[in-house]
Amino acid sequence: MTLSEPTHSIEARGLTKFFGATAAVKNVSFEIAPGEVVGFLGPNGAGKSTTLRMLSGLLRADHGEAYVNGISVARNPTNVKRQLGFMPENNPLPEDLRVIEYLRYRARLKDVPSKERAKRIDEVLEACDLQRTARRKLIGSLSKGFRQRVGLADAILSKPAVTILDEPTIGLDPHQILQIRKLIENLKGRTTVMLSSHILSEVEISCDRVIILNRGVIVASGAPEALRHEFFPGSRYEAEIAGDPETLIQSMSAAGFECDLDDPATKEEASSDFRKVCLNFKNKDDLSEQLVKRITSTEGLRLKNFNSQPVKLEDIFLAATRRSWEVEMQPTPSETPDETETNKEDAQG
Amino acid sequence: MRNFTVLLRHELRALWINPATYLAAVLSLLMLGFFYYITIAEYAQAAQSELPNARFFRFFLFPVVLLVPMLTMKSIAEERRLGTLQTLMTTPIGPTAVVVSKFLAAYIFYCAVWGVALAYPLLTVLVLPQADLRPLLLEPGSLLGGYFFITTSGMLFVALGIFTSSLTRSQLIAGMLSFSAIFLLIIGVTAIEHIAPGLGSWKQFSGEALAYLQTFDHYEDAVHGMIDLRPLIYYFSTTALILALSSLVVEAKS
Repeated sequence: MTLSEPTHSIEARGLTKFFGATAAVKNVSFEIAPGEVVGFLGPNGAGKSTTLRMLSGLLRADHGEAYVNGISVARNPTNVKRQLGFMPENNPLPEDLRVIEYLRYRARLKDVPSKERAKRIDEVLEACDLQRTARRKLIGSLSKGFRQRVGLADAILSKPAVTILDEPTIGLDPHQILQIRKLIENLKGRTTVMLSSHILSEVEISCDRVIILNRGVIVASGAPEALRHEFFPGSRYEAEIAGDPETLIQSMSAAGFECDLDDPATKEEASSDFRKVCLNFKNKDDLSEQLVKRITSTEGLRLKNFNSQPVKLEDIFLAATRRSWEVEMQPTPSETPDETETNKEDAQG
Repeated sequence: MRNFTVLLRHELRALWINPATYLAAVLSLLMLGFFYYITIAEYAQAAQSELPNARFFRFFLFPVVLLVPMLTMKSIAEERRLGTLQTLMTTPIGPTAVVVSKFLAAYIFYCAVWGVALAYPLLTVLVLPQADLRPLLLEPGSLLGGYFFITTSGMLFVALGIFTSSLTRSQLIAGMLSFSAIFLLIIGVTAIEHIAPGLGSWKQFSGEALAYLQTFDHYEDAVHGMIDLRPLIYYFSTTALILALSSLVVEAKS
C-alpha cells in the first residue's frame, strides 16, 4: 500500500539522518515530477550523497519518509530498487570483469527480461559510446572516463523510471563531460533524473531545476531563472575603471542609480590604474547605455571596459550557501551578547 | 530465487578465477596428502587399533584453519573496500541473498577440496598391490562418517569465515579473525573442558554444554559410524544464526 499518489517520481518528506550526534541531513523535503531533470547541489559535506542514498534505499532515514513513484522506500525497498537506476559516488565497479560481462550480470540482477537483455545491453553500450571502444575490455584496465560511462550504462540498463546519479562527471575531462551531458539530455523526458555535481555550469545546462543543500538543509530550490530573481532581483554590470570607486558610487547616486559595489580587485590590479568592479542595481532594466555615459562624463573616472554580467548558477549557489550561514550566525533571543560572540569565534575558527 | 541463482553463479565464478582459491586448495591438499602419508606409514610399521580413515580425518583442524579463511576472507571485506557491495545493494536483492550466495559458493569449494582428498585412499589402493588394503582404506562407514562430519562442521566454519569478512574492509584482518574464531571454536572448547573442574557448582552444567559444543566429540561419533542428530542441529542452527548476523552487518554497513 502506498501513502501518496504517484504524481511525483520522487518525494521526500522531512528526511533526517544523524551520524552519531551530527545531523547530516535535517528535515529535507522536496518533490520531483516525472520526466524532470533536477540538479542536487551543495558544498562538500552538505548531505547530498546521504540524501541520495536514503532515496535509493541504501541508507535508512532516522526521521521522515521518501517515496519513489509513490512507493515507500522504507516499507518496500526491493520494489523501489526496481524503479531506480543508481550510480553511487566514486562509481565502484568490479575490476576483474569485462564490460559486457558486467552489464550481463547486472541486467540479470535487475530483472531485465532474457529476450530483451542482449538488445538492451547493446543500446546502453551504444548510448554510452562503449560499443566499439570498451565492450570486451576488463573494467580494471579502463580509464576514469570509461569507468564513469560503464557506471552510467549500468544505471540506465533496466530503463528505470528514476535515475539517480551521484557526481557523474567527477574526474572527467571536458570532452567526456560533454558526452555525459548529451547522454543526460537524451534521458530527458524518458526518465526522471536527479544528479549531484560540483560542475555548476553543467547542471545549469542539463537541469530543469536545482535544489541547493547546505549543512543538511535545503537553502534554495527552483528553476535557475526563478532562483536568479530570488537571489539577484536587479541587474549586474562589470566595469574596468581607473579612479576612486567612491567617486563612482557618488556619481551613480547623483544620477538616481542606487547601487552596491563589489570590488574584486586583485593585488596586481589594485596597484595598476584600472581595476574591475561589479555594480549591482536593484533595477532590473538594461541600464548599460546610461551607465556608460554617466561614467565617462564623471570627472576623475576613466572607463576601459563595460559589460552586463549575467547571474550564473555559481553566484546563486554562493549566495544561497552564504545566506544560510548568515542565518545560522544570527543570535537567537535567548542568547546573551557574550554567547553570540563566542559562537561567532567558534564558527570562524 | 532467480536473482539468487545469478548471484551464486557470479560468486562461484569469482572464486574460480581467484588465484587465492587455487593456492588455498593446493596448500590444503598438500597438507592432507602429508597427513595421509603419515597415517599410512604408521599402519605400515605396526597394527593400529582404529581404521586409517578415522585417524586421517582427525587432522581436519589443520586444513580447515588454512582453507576456510583463504576462501572467505575476500568475500565481503573486498566488496566493501571497493564499494561494489553498495552497487550490489542498489539492485532488487536483499542482504540475505548476498550473504547466502557468498556462503554457498565458498562452501561448495570447501567441499570440492575435501572431495579431491578422496583421491588419496583411491590412489593408494590402486598403487599398492596388497589385496587386504581395499576394505581397510575404503571402509565405507568411516569414510562416510568422516565426510559427514567434514561437510556438516564445514557449514559452521565457512559461515564464521563469511561473518568475519562482513565485519571489516581488510581481507587480512578478516582472514586473521576467521582463523582465530575457528581455532577457538575447535581448540578453545577442549581447553575449557580441561579446566572445567575449576568451575565449581557450574561444573555439571558447563560439562554438558561444553560436550554439546565439542567438535572433536562430534568427529569421534561420526567417524565411528554414529550419526547423532544433536551435532547436526548444532551446526545447522549456529550456521543459520551466524549467516543472519552477517546479513544484519551487511545491511547496516553497506
